[in-house]
Amino acid sequence: MTTLTIARALNEGLRKAMERDPKVLIMGEDVGKLGGVFRVTDGLQKDFGEDRVIDTPLAESGIIGTAIGLAMRGYRPVCEIQFDGFVYPAFDQIVSQLAKVHYRSQGRVRLPVTIRIPFGGGIGAVEHHSESPEAYFVHTAGLKVVACSNAADAFFMVQQAVAADDPVIFLEPKRRYWEKAEVDQTQTPDPLHIARIVRPGRDVTVAAYGPMVRVAMDAASAAEDDGRSLEVIDLRTLSPLDLDPVLESVERTGRLIVVHEAPTTLGLGAEIAARVTEQAFYLLEAPVLRVGGFDTPYPASRMEEDYLPDLDRVLDAVDRSLAF
Amino acid sequence: MTLADFGVPAPPHDPSEGPELVQLLTPEGERVEHPNYSIDLTPQEYRELYRDLVLTRRIDVEATALQRQGELGIWASLLGQEAAQVGSGRALRPDDMVFPTYREHGVAWCRGIDPVALLGLYRGVDHGSWDPQEKNFALYTIVIGSQTLHATGYAMGIQRDGGKAAQNAVIAYFGDGASSQGDVNESFVWASVFNAPVVFFCQNNQWAISEPLEKQTRIPLYKRAHGFGFPGVRVDGNDVLGCLAVTRAALDAARTGQGPTLIEAFTYRMGAHTTSDDPTRYRLASELEVWKLRDPIERMKAYLSRSGMADSSYFHEVEQEAGELAAHIRHSCTTMADPEPLTLFDGVYVEPTPHLLRQRDEFGRYLDSFEEASSR
Repeated sequence: MTTLTIARALNEGLRKAMERDPKVLIMGEDVGKLGGVFRVTDGLQKDFGEDRVIDTPLAESGIIGTAIGLAMRGYRPVCEIQFDGFVYPAFDQIVSQLAKVHYRSQGRVRLPVTIRIPFGGGIGAVEHHSESPEAYFVHTAGLKVVACSNAADAFFMVQQAVAADDPVIFLEPKRRYWEKAEVDQTQTPDPLHIARIVRPGRDVTVAAYGPMVRVAMDAASAAEDDGRSLEVIDLRTLSPLDLDPVLESVERTGRLIVVHEAPTTLGLGAEIAARVTEQAFYLLEAPVLRVGGFDTPYPASRMEEDYLPDLDRVLDAVDRSLAF
Repeated sequence: MTLADFGVPAPPHDPSEGPELVQLLTPEGERVEHPNYSIDLTPQEYRELYRDLVLTRRIDVEATALQRQGELGIWASLLGQEAAQVGSGRALRPDDMVFPTYREHGVAWCRGIDPVALLGLYRGVDHGSWDPQEKNFALYTIVIGSQTLHATGYAMGIQRDGGKAAQNAVIAYFGDGASSQGDVNESFVWASVFNAPVVFFCQNNQWAISEPLEKQTRIPLYKRAHGFGFPGVRVDGNDVLGCLAVTRAALDAARTGQGPTLIEAFTYRMGAHTTSDDPTRYRLASELEVWKLRDPIERMKAYLSRSGMADSSYFHEVEQEAGELAAHIRHSCTTMADPEPLTLFDGVYVEPTPHLLRQRDEFGRYLDSFEEASSR
């Protein structure tokens, strides 16, 4: 057992992945000497050399485009996009190439590329540093999308993402990078594409991922004081979604709230609400509710506490759900 | 106001006439020497280049006809660009890797790809049917310029492989329109700072659908390389010998650790952008007449005849072969089966997701319900 921050757990996970497979490369802006702006790749270039930990020119399309070429040559690149809002210059290479080459080639060409993106707000940053772009990628066939919420998952999930033969968008909850937890590196991890109940409860199911899992957990603690029992599910995998635990939970609670930072319209909550309604219509006691970001651009940081779903907004949704 | 008012010189009226152009075979079929680029071929090799040119054109003509008859949804003709593609294609070694656009039918021919394999994409039965690893010829890329980054990354992989594989080189094809794309410019940056073994082969065919070259650039395209820190060269793109020599030299430089080269093959798109395009709306027929006189096949034929390396019986033999190739293409195209509906779910992922498998099964049952209904 070691106590690790999420950032450190990612670092250790990447180190394991590089030790295990000499074809694993790390590439991105400032990932070498600096160790990345969040220090997730700290020390890796020193230990694995400049050929495997590559400080790239400052152009995101170039990072993903060359990673695709390296993957075609048999490498397993792990790309770091410095901040969520900087992934858009690479959008075409991700959506039109990375996601489609395996399909285009009728399964002949595999692109085991992992794209790590620190995502979400709450760090008081300037514009473009606090976004939640996951729905774009979930909407794109050919990509897999996961989000970790704690140090143990960070450690194992990043290794699983790197080992996967499909391209994976790996979302890291940047405002939680420094949260610590005990990590047992010797345990056998859950599969990558599994959702997990992280707090059992009876009255309302709350599904969240990434940085919002902490918010949902805090809401569950607060609700307990009012005698309400929330069941919290960490979705972990956004594409494919693993809704079996959610459906099983709804079978018991009859109520579901989905929480994410991304704008509510056509966010993950919309898809989850639709599927749960299709598959569990008669089990529901109330409509599936969404607690998400507003349908605005991400605001200036002095307003982000108003924008971001927090404990109170989750509890407000709990009230509305139970009022049905 | 004109550009000159800002101190910018007007573009040269026809750079192909200037001394900056590498040429080993004139439009009249006269063999000339160049101080930096020479080739020494056997008569057999000269004849084979001619054969490649003729067969490449025949593939293109036949595919265009198949589109006109409704057998293909669309076709992107390479008419006029045969020498650029055959010259560069024959400069490659089998282990070198090629990243084409969607118009590299002549390069595909040089790599040993059955022309029929090219048709699936244009007929709409697949997105590309050949195995990219088998002939080291990547699938056609339709988004303009994307493949230049893939080529550069692939070349960075070669650098990391070391050993015998480090002798491989990569060639990325693109056009004058693509030269404006961010990805192409980013690939130049990457190739330059990593000294990657990649050759950028730009077929400047003067037109990006309806937009002439001056909508893309103020300076000759090959000169852009200088700003990125690697050499650029302009070759007569209708001279198969010049293209062969220049590409060979660039590939050798890449192989020996000298990094990337930009080749601008100065040529002309004799046909429409694709069969859906109508060039009469934006360019003059007189331009075509000028370029007809620079035809890549006619000049090679003139050279072979005049030098005595080939006679009419050889030309007849090649025509014969072209006819047989056309018949093969036609027959294979018209008998190409439509894919089964459920195969549209194949290959989305290496590890299929439960959700997608469920969607496929549901669609399968839906389709079956029609059969059950009709068999009742």
